[in-house]
Amino acid sequence: MHESRALDFEHAAVRLGGREVWSDVNLEVAAGEFVAILGPNGAGKSTLLKALLGVVPLSEGAVRVFGTPVRRGNPEIGYLPQRRRFDPDLRVRALDLVRLGLDGASWGLPMPSAEKARRVRDLIELVGATAYQDRPIGELSGGEQQRILIAQALVGGAKMLVLDEPLESLDLNNQQAISELIRGICRARAVTVLLVAHDINPILGFVDRVVYVAGGHVVAGKPEDVIRTETLTELYGAPVEVLRTSDGRLVVVGQYEPVTHHPDDH
Amino acid sequence: MGDLLQFHFMQNAFLAGTLVALLAGAAGYFVVLRGQSFVAHMLSQVGFPGAAAGALLHVSPVLGLVVFCGAAATGIGAIGRRLDPGNRAESAAVGSILVFSLGLGLLFYRLYAGSAQGIYAFLFGTILGITDADVALTFLVAIAAVAVLAVIGRPLFFASVDPDVAEARGVPVRGLALAFLLVLALSVAITVQIVGTLLIFALLVAPAASAIRLTARPVLGVAVSVVLALACTWLGLTLAYYTNVPVGFLITTLAFGVYVAVRAVRA
Repeated sequence: MHESRALDFEHAAVRLGGREVWSDVNLEVAAGEFVAILGPNGAGKSTLLKALLGVVPLSEGAVRVFGTPVRRGNPEIGYLPQRRRFDPDLRVRALDLVRLGLDGASWGLPMPSAEKARRVRDLIELVGATAYQDRPIGELSGGEQQRILIAQALVGGAKMLVLDEPLESLDLNNQQAISELIRGICRARAVTVLLVAHDINPILGFVDRVVYVAGGHVVAGKPEDVIRTETLTELYGAPVEVLRTSDGRLVVVGQYEPVTHHPDDH
Repeated sequence: MGDLLQFHFMQNAFLAGTLVALLAGAAGYFVVLRGQSFVAHMLSQVGFPGAAAGALLHVSPVLGLVVFCGAAATGIGAIGRRLDPGNRAESAAVGSILVFSLGLGLLFYRLYAGSAQGIYAFLFGTILGITDADVALTFLVAIAAVAVLAVIGRPLFFASVDPDVAEARGVPVRGLALAFLLVLALSVAITVQIVGTLLIFALLVAPAASAIRLTARPVLGVAVSVVLALACTWLGLTLAYYTNVPVGFLITTLAFGVYVAVRAVRA
C-alpha cells in the first residue's frame, strides 16, 4: 500500500433507495492535500463523505482511508457535518464541545485530566478561539462556531479533516478567514482536508485539487483543468459553460437549469 | 431542628425526598439540555393511570407507575428523534399519549371506585405517608438510575448537543435516547410519590433549568441542579412540618421561585 496515500476510491459506487448516486468512482488523495468537492445540489457530494466515513455502504468497489478499508468511528477522521447553527439557547461552553472530540464517546464519568485539558487548550489556541472558549456555544457567531468545531474534529489526533459545506451561511470575511485557517492547518500539521462546497470561489486560492461530482460520475484534478467548459460539459452530459468574471471568479452556467439546446455552445 | 426528625413518617419523608431530589436533579439536567420537558410532563401524566391500574389490580401503585411510564418511554423512544429545533414528530406523539393516558386514568379510577383522596394523593403527592417499603423501593430505583446515568452520561451529553458528530464517532445515538427515556420514566415514577403527577416539574425541570442558566459547565450544571433540588425538598419538608401549608405547594413554590430569580438575574 502506498505510504503517503490518504484516500483511495476504487471503482466505488453507492446506491441509495434503489437509485445509483454515483458509480465507477476512482479517486486518490495524497496525505496533506487540500481537496474541494464540488458539484450541483443532489449530485452526491455529501454521500461521498459519508462513504469514506463508513456511514453509507458501498454497492461496488472499495474505499480505503490511510490504507485500511473504511469503518465507522475511525479516529483518524475528524468530521464536520452539514448543519444549521447551534440553538442559541444551548448553554454549553465552547471548551466542553471541543473536549467531546477527545473522549465524548467514552462511557463513565469524565475524570479531570491535565493532559487532556492541555490538548484541548492547544487546539483552541490553534484555531484562534481562546478569547471565547468559556462562552456558551449557542451565543457564538457562525464563524466562531466553525472554529470550535474544527478544534473538536482535530483534538483527537485526526489526520484527515472532512468538512461538509463549512462555509455555508458565513459572510465573505469569515469564509476567507476559515478557508485560510483550514489551509494553515493542512500545511502546518500535514492534515489531509476534504471540503464540500457549492461555490469554488471562496476557496479557489487555497485548494490543491478539486473533485467535481455530477451526472453520477466524478472528475478530479487541478481547478483550472476541471472547471472548464469542455470538462464539465462532458461530465454533465449536457451543455455547461464556465465563465471567468473580471475579478477572477469562476461561474458555471447552465448547471441548475433544465437542459436547453443552444446550437452555438462550444 | 431537633424535633423535626422525631417522627418516623418525617424520617421516611426526608429519606425518600433526598433520594428523589438526587435523581430528579441529575436526570433533569439532561431533560432541559435535550429540550424534553414536554416528554417529562407526559411521563408524569402517564403515571396517573399507571398508579390507578396498580391500585385496581391490587399490586403496588409504584409498580403500576414504573410499568406505564416505561411503556410510554419505549413508545416515544421507538419514534426516534433528531435534535431538530421543533421536535415536531415527538411533541405530537407525546401530546397524543398524554391525553389518552388521562382518559385511561379516569376509567381505572371509576372501575376501582377509588376514593377522591386516592386520586388526590397521586395528583399532588403523598410524601408524609411514605412507608418503609416505599423508601426501600425508592432507594433501589434511585441508586440504579443514578448509576445508569453515571455510565451513559458523557456519550448522552455528546448525543444531546451534537448528534451527527456523535454518530460519526460511533456513539449509539438512538440507543442512548431510549436508555435515557427509561431512566426518565423511573425518575418520574418515584418522584410522583413526593410531589405528585401535577407538580413534578418542581423537581425534574425547574432546578435543572435554573442550573443551566447559572453555568454553562456540564458537570457543575448537574451538581447545581442536584443541590437546588435537594435544597427545595429539604426546605419544603421543614416548612411543611412547622406550618399547615401543603408540602407539594411549598416545594413547587421554592423551585419556581429559584427559577424566576435566576431568570431575572440571567435573562
